[in-house]
Amino acid sequence: MKNFWKFLLFVLMTIVIIGTFVPPIVQYPKSFFEFPLIPGLEDKARIIFFHVPTAWLTVLAYLLAMFYGIRYLKRKDMYDDIKSVSAAALGFVFCILATVTGSVWAKFTWGSFWHWDPRETSIFILLLIYGAYFALRSALDSEEKRARLSAIYSIIAFLTTPFFIFIMPRLMIGLHPGSLEIDPATGQVRASSNPVIKFEMAANMRVVFFLSLIAFTILFFWFWNLAHRILKLEHVSQKEI
Amino acid sequence: MNEIILRVRELKKNFNRRLVFDKLNFEVKSGERLVITGKNGSGKSTLLKILAGVLTESSGSVEYILNQKKIDRENIYQIIGLVSPYLVLYDEFSAFENLSLFAKIRNLKISDDEINKILTRVGLLERKNDLLRTYSSGMKQRIKYASAILHNPLILLIDEPTSNLDIEGKNFVEDLILNFREDGFVIIATNESQDFKYGNRIINLDEYKNNKNK
Amino acid sequence: MKKIFYIFYKDFSSELRMRFALNALIMFVVVAVSTILFSLGSESVAPNVYAGMFWVVVFFSAMSGLSRVFVSEEERGTTLILSLIANPVTVFLGKFLFNLVLIFFINSVIALLYMFLFQEFLIQNWNSFLLAYVLGNFGISASSTIIAAIISKANVKGTLYPVLAFPVLLPLILMLIEITKSAMEGNPISDVEAELLVLISYDVVMITASILVFDIIWRD
Repeated sequence: MKNFWKFLLFVLMTIVIIGTFVPPIVQYPKSFFEFPLIPGLEDKARIIFFHVPTAWLTVLAYLLAMFYGIRYLKRKDMYDDIKSVSAAALGFVFCILATVTGSVWAKFTWGSFWHWDPRETSIFILLLIYGAYFALRSALDSEEKRARLSAIYSIIAFLTTPFFIFIMPRLMIGLHPGSLEIDPATGQVRASSNPVIKFEMAANMRVVFFLSLIAFTILFFWFWNLAHRILKLEHVSQKEI
Repeated sequence: MNEIILRVRELKKNFNRRLVFDKLNFEVKSGERLVITGKNGSGKSTLLKILAGVLTESSGSVEYILNQKKIDRENIYQIIGLVSPYLVLYDEFSAFENLSLFAKIRNLKISDDEINKILTRVGLLERKNDLLRTYSSGMKQRIKYASAILHNPLILLIDEPTSNLDIEGKNFVEDLILNFREDGFVIIATNESQDFKYGNRIINLDEYKNNKNK
Repeated sequence: MKKIFYIFYKDFSSELRMRFALNALIMFVVVAVSTILFSLGSESVAPNVYAGMFWVVVFFSAMSGLSRVFVSEEERGTTLILSLIANPVTVFLGKFLFNLVLIFFINSVIALLYMFLFQEFLIQNWNSFLLAYVLGNFGISASSTIIAAIISKANVKGTLYPVLAFPVLLPLILMLIEITKSAMEGNPISDVEAELLVLISYDVVMITASILVFDIIWRD
């Protein structure tokens, strides 16, 4: 069945949307269809089903853009560059979505739109890198140079990630779940002790969460597939003129 | 006695969507003189730049084999001299300073006397201490020849050999091409029919333009 | 090695003759530092704010001067002759060396100006500051040189440079600010040991990666 995955996506998305908005949040969940109450989060906890997938796709798109960039450098095939740039363009869109959804949510939970917590900072840097990537592309008029240099830039920018991972928890206090913090006594990086940050998802939330990750990933590949095929058609039709 | 072979296989170059040439195959050996010709924009300069290793081909291969050993791409600059209208030397330095800097960067054991000898050959000895920005276009062409033969290369690639040169300069070029070291070879890209006589073989790039849509 | 030095020497003598970068850079530093001076007026700021402001000025002067190494070659059309007389690795290392010397010089000027003009800019632990200063200059020079090579091929070189360089230099600058703060507070060098080690790995990663990819950028 050729369109099986489209059907699968439809089913998954439906489950995710229902699973996100329908289950009531109660203090002591008795059935599988009730979410536990997390003090300080309440209904706002539901954002995790949409916000995290967008952030994940931002990263996935960057890795894909870099992968196809490297492949272009190896094979000198313009279609690799087309795949790379369409992944980057989608990544840029998801990056903006993740930033906006996150900061709207932060306004209502943490009190202001922006806090420079490590993950906010990393998404901001990723936004800058995407911006720089497209600024570079638009400043190069030869197709080959554009493909070659933007691929190289994506590699160089990627190389800085381990350093950010090291430096960020030392500079900023983490607010996201699973954040690290510096132990004031020993100076070592450790898991945060704050209850909201330590929060773990209940089993039923976890199901919706992972289904959502899968659904969004399929959605991304569908978008990406369409985007690079459209660009490829444009490329071919321009060539014939 | 060295033996150098240049082997070009299925060479193709396109700039964006425009095909410059395709399916180019030829071989040049020590002692040969090859003339490359073709209409304006047919890719003569492009081909020479690819042969000099400063421009990457779209597909195909260019190999230099010296005494049966393939030379790495990073090192072919050591055996090649290029003269081209695109070549620009450092005009904040004098002719002598340019050559002596090039010699140092190439790590050549070459004395000031030998540099002066080369400058005499190209007829620039009297003006050797003037900055290049004061040079006429003919004199600039001469200093390009000096920089191309400075390291006594095995291979000389010349694009439009006699442009901007006077009679004296043309005689120098003729002498250089015809009496080039026997273990090396010369490739000349030109449209001037009087330059064709230098070659013992001619390649016309206009014949490598098939597959226009691909 | 010699070849690398002579590439540097070529740029150095050209710089002495043409003053492509130096004059503009020194003026930039003077302007930037006096802007900070005027905006502060007679107010005194917490000492560790100076650590941040110090590296911010270093970053922006690097952004205004270090791209010249490749941009000037590209603009004058001398890229071709340079690629005919040396292999790409030599060219990169020569340019890297030139930028390194330039950033060391500029950075020293900025440090001296800071010490002279701001009483609060007091380094208490010279060992950790000097280590950060040396390692930082290596890192800034490596990243700036490779980004300069990329933007020299683009149409709008000036504005693009800081845009591309900022995300790449940011982790380095953040670490340098941390170490400088600690040096100003007089903490022992063991406090910033991890940061210094990460600084070294940043330098190694950036220099190696640049050498590996430079060939692809350099050859058209």
